[in-house]
Order: sequence, then C-alpha cells, then structure tokens
Amino acid sequence: MSATDTAPAPAFEEVVITTRRGVTAPVRVYEPAGGASSGAATVLALHGAGGWLGDEPVLAGLAGAGLRVVAPVWPAWSEHTDEDRLSDMQDFALHGWDVATEMGLLRADGAAELHLMGHSMGGMIAAEMAALAPQSVARMALLCPAGMWLGDHPIPDIFAMLPYQLAEVLFADPNVGEEVLTGGADFSDNETLTRFMVARARQQGMAGKILFPIPNRRFSERAYRVTVPTLLVWGRQDRLIPPAYADAWQAALPDATVELVDGAGHMLPYEQSAAVVAAVTSHLSG
Amino acid sequence: MTVKFCWFNLMPWPDLPDDFKTEHRSVWVDIDGSLFDPERANGVYHEYMDQLEFADELGFDGIGVNEHHQNGYGIMPSPNIIAAGLARRTSQAAICVIGNSIALYNPPHRVAEEFAMLDCLSGGRLVAGFPVGTPMDTNFTYGQIPALTREKYYEAHDLIMEAWTNPDVFAFDGKYTQLRYVNCWPKPIQQPHPPIYIPGGGSIETWDFCLENDYNYSYLSFNGYLAGQTLMDGYWNRVGELDKSMTPGRAGFAQIICTAATDAEAEELYSEHMLYFFNRCLHVFPGFADPPGYRTVKTIQAGKLDQFRKENQALFKRLTWKDLVEGGYVIAGSPDTVRERMEDMIKRLRVGTVFCLLHMGNMPDWKTRYSSQLFAEKVMPGLRGIWGDEFADAEDWWCKPMDDRVRPEDTMADARRYPEAPKGPVA
Repeated sequence: MSATDTAPAPAFEEVVITTRRGVTAPVRVYEPAGGASSGAATVLALHGAGGWLGDEPVLAGLAGAGLRVVAPVWPAWSEHTDEDRLSDMQDFALHGWDVATEMGLLRADGAAELHLMGHSMGGMIAAEMAALAPQSVARMALLCPAGMWLGDHPIPDIFAMLPYQLAEVLFADPNVGEEVLTGGADFSDNETLTRFMVARARQQGMAGKILFPIPNRRFSERAYRVTVPTLLVWGRQDRLIPPAYADAWQAALPDATVELVDGAGHMLPYEQSAAVVAAVTSHLSG
Repeated sequence: MTVKFCWFNLMPWPDLPDDFKTEHRSVWVDIDGSLFDPERANGVYHEYMDQLEFADELGFDGIGVNEHHQNGYGIMPSPNIIAAGLARRTSQAAICVIGNSIALYNPPHRVAEEFAMLDCLSGGRLVAGFPVGTPMDTNFTYGQIPALTREKYYEAHDLIMEAWTNPDVFAFDGKYTQLRYVNCWPKPIQQPHPPIYIPGGGSIETWDFCLENDYNYSYLSFNGYLAGQTLMDGYWNRVGELDKSMTPGRAGFAQIICTAATDAEAEELYSEHMLYFFNRCLHVFPGFADPPGYRTVKTIQAGKLDQFRKENQALFKRLTWKDLVEGGYVIAGSPDTVRERMEDMIKRLRVGTVFCLLHMGNMPDWKTRYSSQLFAEKVMPGLRGIWGDEFADAEDWWCKPMDDRVRPEDTMADARRYPEAPKGPVA
C-alpha cells in the first residue's frame, strides 16, 4: 500500500517492547471505538503461524465493537531476532504473560479482567496461558486452535507442504487464499522468493517448536485448569484442523461452547471476519 | 599423506519399478511399504556386505557405510550393524561409518558406546562420522524439531566427545539430555578418539564447526565434482580465513565412478544403472527437503530455490548418460579416462579422502566387482601420491589401527573348534 493523502489512518498503533526475559518484539494496539480512556475491556490477541496479515479485520472489528485489542507480534514474525530465547511450550505461554505484564494488562489485585483470544497456533498458546494462570483470565475465545491430535482425524503436515500447496488446505476458497497468503507477490522473482523463504524459515521454524512433528504438547492433560468461559469458533470447511476437533476441545474444557461458521476454512478470521467479530464480541461481553 | 580411497555402499533397494517416478511421490520418508520384500533383502544385504569385504581384499583404504531412514536408496538405518559385520570379516581397511546421526540417538551417549565397540572390535580401524542428518531422516522420519536440530546436534557432540576423553565418571546437564553418571565403557582404542568426519550437504555453518574442532569436512553430494567445486572453494576460503593448515586431509568428497575397459564399454555396462539411481532413487518429494527452521537464514540466502517453484515440480528433467558424464556427476570410462578425471577432481577440490561410489542403483554384483577391480588395480595406485612431498608428513585424518590386532579372516575357520585343554602338567 502506498502512502497517499487519501490513505486511511492505520487501525492500530505499534509499540516495541522488551520483556523481562529480554525478548524484543512489536505489539499492535487497537483502541476501542469510544476512545482510549473509555475503560473498555482488553483482549490480548495471539496470531496463528501466518502472523498478522494486513490490518486484521477481526482485530479492527473488535475495536469497533468497543474492545481494546492488544496484539503482540510473536518473536520471529518481525525484524527483531530474539526467537532463539523461546524453545518450548512453557516458554511460549510464559512469553504471552510477559507481554501482558509489560503492557500493563494485569491488575495489581490479581482480579480477572483480561480476555484472551487466539487463532490456530495463537489459540494453542492462549489456552496454555489460561491453564497456567486461570485466575487472571476473564473470558477466552479460541479460533480453530491447534494443540490436540485425534488419530482418526490426522492434521495435514504443513511443514512438508510446498508454498503453493498451502492455500488449498487453509482456505474454504483457495483462490481467495492465494491472494491473502502471498499479497499477490510474484514468486518467479528470485529476490521475492528468497525473502519469502527466509521469513518462512524463521516463522514456521519457530512455529515448529510447538507444532512439529505433531501439534500436540499434551494440553489436554492441563485443560481441567481452564475454568474460564471459553468460546470455540470453527470454520465448517476447515481442512487443516477439521471441526471434529471442536468437539474434542469442548469435551476437554470445563466451560466451553462451540460456534461453527459456514463458508470458512482454517483461515476463518480472514474468510468470515464479520461472523467471527459478532461471535467473539457477544461471548466476551457475556 | 597419501590420498585415501574409501569404497562406499549406499545400499539402494534394487527393485524400484519402472514407473516409480510417475506413480510414487517420494523415495524417502513415505515410500510405499509394499515395495520392500524382506526375503529379497536377505540376499541384498549379504551381496552388499560381500562387496564391501571384496573392496578390502582389493586394497581400498577404507570401506564405508552410512545412515538413512525410510529410504529406497539406502536400506541401512543402522550402519553400526553392518560395520560390526565388516569388522568381523576384514582386518585391513578402515571401517568408515559416515556416520551416526548423533542427535537421533537417545541418549547420544549410545554413539560413544557403539563406536567404541566398533573401534575395539576392528583393532582401531574406525573412522567416525557425525552428520547433522538430512531433514528427511532427522525431521520427517525421526521427528526432531527443525529449528532445534542443530542445537541438539552440538549438544550430542559435546556429550560424546567428553564421554571419550574424560577419564572420570561425570554428570552431563544438557538441554536435551541429562545423565547423572556418564562413564563410557568400553572406550575406543584410538586415543584420544577416532578420526572425526563431518559429512555435509552444503550448510555453511558446518565449516566453522569442522575447523574449530579440526575435523574432516566431507561433502557428500551426488552432483559430482564440477558442481561441488563452488562449495569446496568456499570451504577452503574459510580454512584460509581461520588460518588453518591447507592440508587436503581436511576434506573429503563422494564421487560416483564407473570403470571399464573402454569409454564405450563403460556406457554399455553402467548407463542403465546410473539412470536408475538418478531417475528413481533420487525422486524425493521436495516438501521433505527443507522443513522451515532446518536451514539457517544464511544458508538460504546463499542457496538456490528453483526446486520450490510450482512449474519446476512438473518439469522433471530426465538425465541421460551424456548429461551425467559431461556434467561430472559420474566419472566413467577406461582406466586412463577415469584416472585423468579423478586427478582433476582431487586437485580441483583439494581432497585427501575420496568416497568412491562404485556400486550405484541396481548395478548387478559382477559389474560392481569388475568396475571396482579395474579401479583398484589400474587407477587408484597412480592417484595415491598426488599430493607429493608437500604434505608428506601432514595429518591425514585417518585411523591408526594397532599393529598386533586380531585378524578375524585368518582365525574364523578356527572359530567353531571344540574345546581342547592346554597341554602341560595337570594341576
């Protein structure tokens, strides 16, 4: 997008923080429609393995509905190269809390005021954060989270896919997906391809720390701790983590409801953003 | 130092069907299980081991094996099993295990133990290889996390080396392996440890690791010496930058070789088997070649990416014999032709060890022996002294066997004898 006089103001502001572990990374902040001082509830939102794409219609939509959205860019998804400091699921979940601390999202009296939301890999991390500190979470929304494995419904191996094969698995409509994933980039250009491959190596390499070779780090054994009311939103056409997993998550969590969305695959926040905003807003205000 | 020649067998499955390339996705990782015939494998393993023993008989400096998993061109998930058999039936050649993928052993101390056993069994003939391992083996088959593979590898290396060199029982507190009592028992004959070879496929980080530890770097590729020169030039530049000795013993290279009476006979005898290897055995699904996180950013930026383009997935170039020979993938021809090109290869790449791939694909036993014998008798002797006096006393990164070792091929006939009390006065 080129900066012109008519370009709309970005939907968010970006700040760069350094956590107490020493990880530097940007955080997007979407202020609620009513303004920063309105005392709105805050949702900490975690992205999937694709990172934040563009303005993020769901995050902007939640802000439009009156929520303050704090959306960290996960280490490896920015130019800051601190990803080597995080190795495993525990590191990932604690990093989420470190960001919340650094951004001043936790109340001194420990009361649960913060909402969590996460998509795919981000949902897996949010769920682990809630298992670590359920008392600090008000409500949670998970969008087709990774983190479980059902032998009868094996999840396709994204780590063995060639770039051009991804859209087919991730989107209900692969033609839309190709555009969203690549931003229309021309992979016949060597420099573009090299940049893409470097980003892929860093980002998907980082994702692999909790998703490879099987995206299951035994969360189901800790799920009993997640007593916060949780909404699971799933695309009916999800071909990566099929809706059978919604049932498994609902069974594992003490207080969970499921909402299935038509016309959406695994990238449902981009395919049916309005439906996701409506479902999440309704749940978090519940 | 003299140039060392190691006769190497990848142990390919010889019966991949004609339509393998069009009807199967990959020779590696998810290769069709129905293509393996265990009863056929009985003969295949013995034939390949017989050939390795024959190479010892022919006077090769080493006989070599390596480790692959779920792989149609390498049916050797445990090279140590083969090496143990070879140590029991030979007594001259170095036993080159190139090598054990040390990050895959749990705990990696197992490698210290098994390599020590092999060194004892062979009388100090072990050459020990420590590959990082291919993504197909390490990540997709053995489930290691790509972005952590290299870190785990370095830790495994540190554990094994300390196990070999620390005379005391020690505790090892690693990120991936924790052991309260490390006490390698048995210990290797070669002290402080057998020569270490690091087989590399092109990761430039591996160079510094080899040079910091003074290990041999061996470039194992099937693309031949002409394609390998750029990478080896980069390696030698790095040797110079770090002010290390330029002795060729620091480097090895794997080369496919076909020797015959004449150039024409080489094509006639070996062409179909080379094409079997290149067009079937190397048919690996590209999605298995580069899991994100396995290669570092630096290596990606230095590398070629054509294989990841959609249009190139459909365009499987069918290599011809002419392509293979002219491109240096295969050094083939009469003993004179082979000697001339081998000399060019050894000098261009500046190597002290050559891993000779004299059996490839579905080559039948007699052709393998014919090619190997011609090479051993008419090519190898003229190449050993190629580095002349300049490096006469230089380290050769080779094994140092004990002189009075057991020579099992001389004693095996005696192995099944019935007991006989020693002669002498009865107590």
